Amino acid sequence: METLFSQATEAIKREARALLESGEVAAFLGFAKGSIPTVTRPFVARSPEETDKLIWNGLCVMNLANYLPGLLKSLEPARRPGEPPPEGPLPKVGVIATGCWSRNMVIQIQENQLIRERLVILGIDSPGMIDRRKLESLAGGKEIQAIEEAEKKVVISGKGFRLETARQEVLRDNCLTCTHPSPVILDKKIGPTMPERHVHEPFARIEEIERMDADSRWAWFQKEIECCIRCYACRNACPLCYCPTCFVDDSHPQWVGKSVDPVDTAIFHILRAYHCAGRCTDCGACESACPMGIKMRLFTRKLQKDCLELFASEPGLDINSPLPLTTYGPEDPERFIINGSKQQGTQGGK
Amino acid sequence: MKILKLDDSDLKTLLARWYETRDLFSPVEKNGMAGWKRIEPLEFVEPAKGVPKTSLKTFFFPQPETLLEYSARPGDEGAYVPRPVKEKARERIILGVRPCDARSVLLNSLPFADDPYFKAKKDTTLIVGFTCKQPCSTCFCSWAGGSPMDTEGMDIAMTRVEGGYLADILTKKGEGLVDHLLDNREASPEEKEQLKTLREQAQGGTGSEGGPAEILKKKNLMDLYNAPFWQGLADSCINCGACTFLCPTCYCFDIQDETIKGKGRRIRYWDSCMFPLFTQHASGHNPRSQKVQRVRNRFMHKLKYFPERFGPLSCVGCGRCIRECPVNIDIREVMRDLLSIP
Repeated sequence: METLFSQATEAIKREARALLESGEVAAFLGFAKGSIPTVTRPFVARSPEETDKLIWNGLCVMNLANYLPGLLKSLEPARRPGEPPPEGPLPKVGVIATGCWSRNMVIQIQENQLIRERLVILGIDSPGMIDRRKLESLAGGKEIQAIEEAEKKVVISGKGFRLETARQEVLRDNCLTCTHPSPVILDKKIGPTMPERHVHEPFARIEEIERMDADSRWAWFQKEIECCIRCYACRNACPLCYCPTCFVDDSHPQWVGKSVDPVDTAIFHILRAYHCAGRCTDCGACESACPMGIKMRLFTRKLQKDCLELFASEPGLDINSPLPLTTYGPEDPERFIINGSKQQGTQGGK
Repeated sequence: MKILKLDDSDLKTLLARWYETRDLFSPVEKNGMAGWKRIEPLEFVEPAKGVPKTSLKTFFFPQPETLLEYSARPGDEGAYVPRPVKEKARERIILGVRPCDARSVLLNSLPFADDPYFKAKKDTTLIVGFTCKQPCSTCFCSWAGGSPMDTEGMDIAMTRVEGGYLADILTKKGEGLVDHLLDNREASPEEKEQLKTLREQAQGGTGSEGGPAEILKKKNLMDLYNAPFWQGLADSCINCGACTFLCPTCYCFDIQDETIKGKGRRIRYWDSCMFPLFTQHASGHNPRSQKVQRVRNRFMHKLKYFPERFGPLSCVGCGRCIRECPVNIDIREVMRDLLSIP
């Protein structure tokens, strides 16, 4: 059956093949089918033939921007530290980008991690991506052996069961509140343009948590991260996390304890979230990557809400507007400095 | 040793009896995720299928494990002189352990044979295993050298049959757990035969002879090391530690001194070969500074270096890494790729 996804898959294969055949790009970054039905595999095609493996579906949940700085660097001719790059243009990479991924690319460009000219971006409107944990809980402990996906519905099946559900029911939480499904930078568009989305109460869950008193909020937070194994999948899946040495790994000086002591785990999660303040695009890769099902995206979502309310800023939408925490202006709220100021602030600025 | 036939009420009585002097643990659903928890005897239910999300290693390599303690107050007598930790050595029984997880304890005890901390944990832990009826699609214990009916590493192996369990008593410690039943619950010759048949059926014929461990041991190390497919794996890998931390046979650790409010402790905590700092030298040099080198090392260690040194693969085929890898790196594919190298 022809679906939105099979059409997009064919288009991606075709474009990627043409880019590699013409030599315009040295590699194409997309997704390949996984060995289990609930997970896809980020995949780099380096030859036209390899583009046959490319796919597109609602389980393509890893943010491809995350791979770009490393992939581009690996394609450059080897050189010593400090040695300038060779003359002439460096090899390019082709990549698929949805709304949030393209915003992350914008941020990486703004933060000097990427060069726009080295990317060929195939833009695709995100249909909203699927939360494998929601599928698993729908299956109620039975093993999912196949997933069929159409524009509006998803069918999961396995030994002795076949369940159909509305796609909307199994979308990731971040996709349910997403208002920017279309890529903001692109070189070629694939597939149809999704209608503009209006989300009723996009921060409902955050407001719910904000209404808790401090003790219950702390209890909620600790419960949420209780099963963290400190594998750092959330950090490593994040395109904002590109420090050569992360503060949690640093041992000289050591900022945080290394084991799963609740205090150390809490520090890791709080600091990871704050490092993403004013930069997070709510792509949801952290949550999708977490093997333990922790909803750590809520931490960054709160900071997103604050940035929106305090600085009217949504990062990565416009390459020419600086990220909120890298600039300042006379209108910036200052309630956190000046007590009783008449500045319009919000709870977030306390 | 003996094989007993126990009905469900026998098991309940046993659990209550064990609970009097020991701690009981078993897999439980927690936040929708199966993990391990200390339980009351009546809470025990045989896990329906598969293994808990986290592995049995949490019991043998606590995260973190305190090795030594010291006072960090300069005025104290013996300040900064480390002393051993006095631990209460209450025996514990882990129930509902699958053959793959039980086997992991045995595999880990090869490199940790002389480790006093691991040994102390092992000496005070009894494993009451439950053989597998329904493998998951990500399970490959038979290929990794085990079997769904395997009993290695268990003290007692329970197999669900009609009307209860066949309990294979495998060790002296296991015998101690059921000594009062040894004479009046012995399984009939027919039942013993039934267990034997089940075991034979479960043996996929890949045993240790001609299994992947034996084949990979014979292959040239540098041919595997220089294989062309490592780059493809590194392309997908995000270098997190999900695979290593969920793996029952990944045991690498780091050691650190932590001082909090005048009290110091030397802790051993999980480390992962996926992390760049794992191999960072004091000089600044890092022999595995590239992602591709780290990915390769994880698989080469499990599938080549470990078998060469100890015999079996350092993998029990539980499939946790396959299920939880966020980018779908599948160790079975790596095994196939390695085996296909001439």
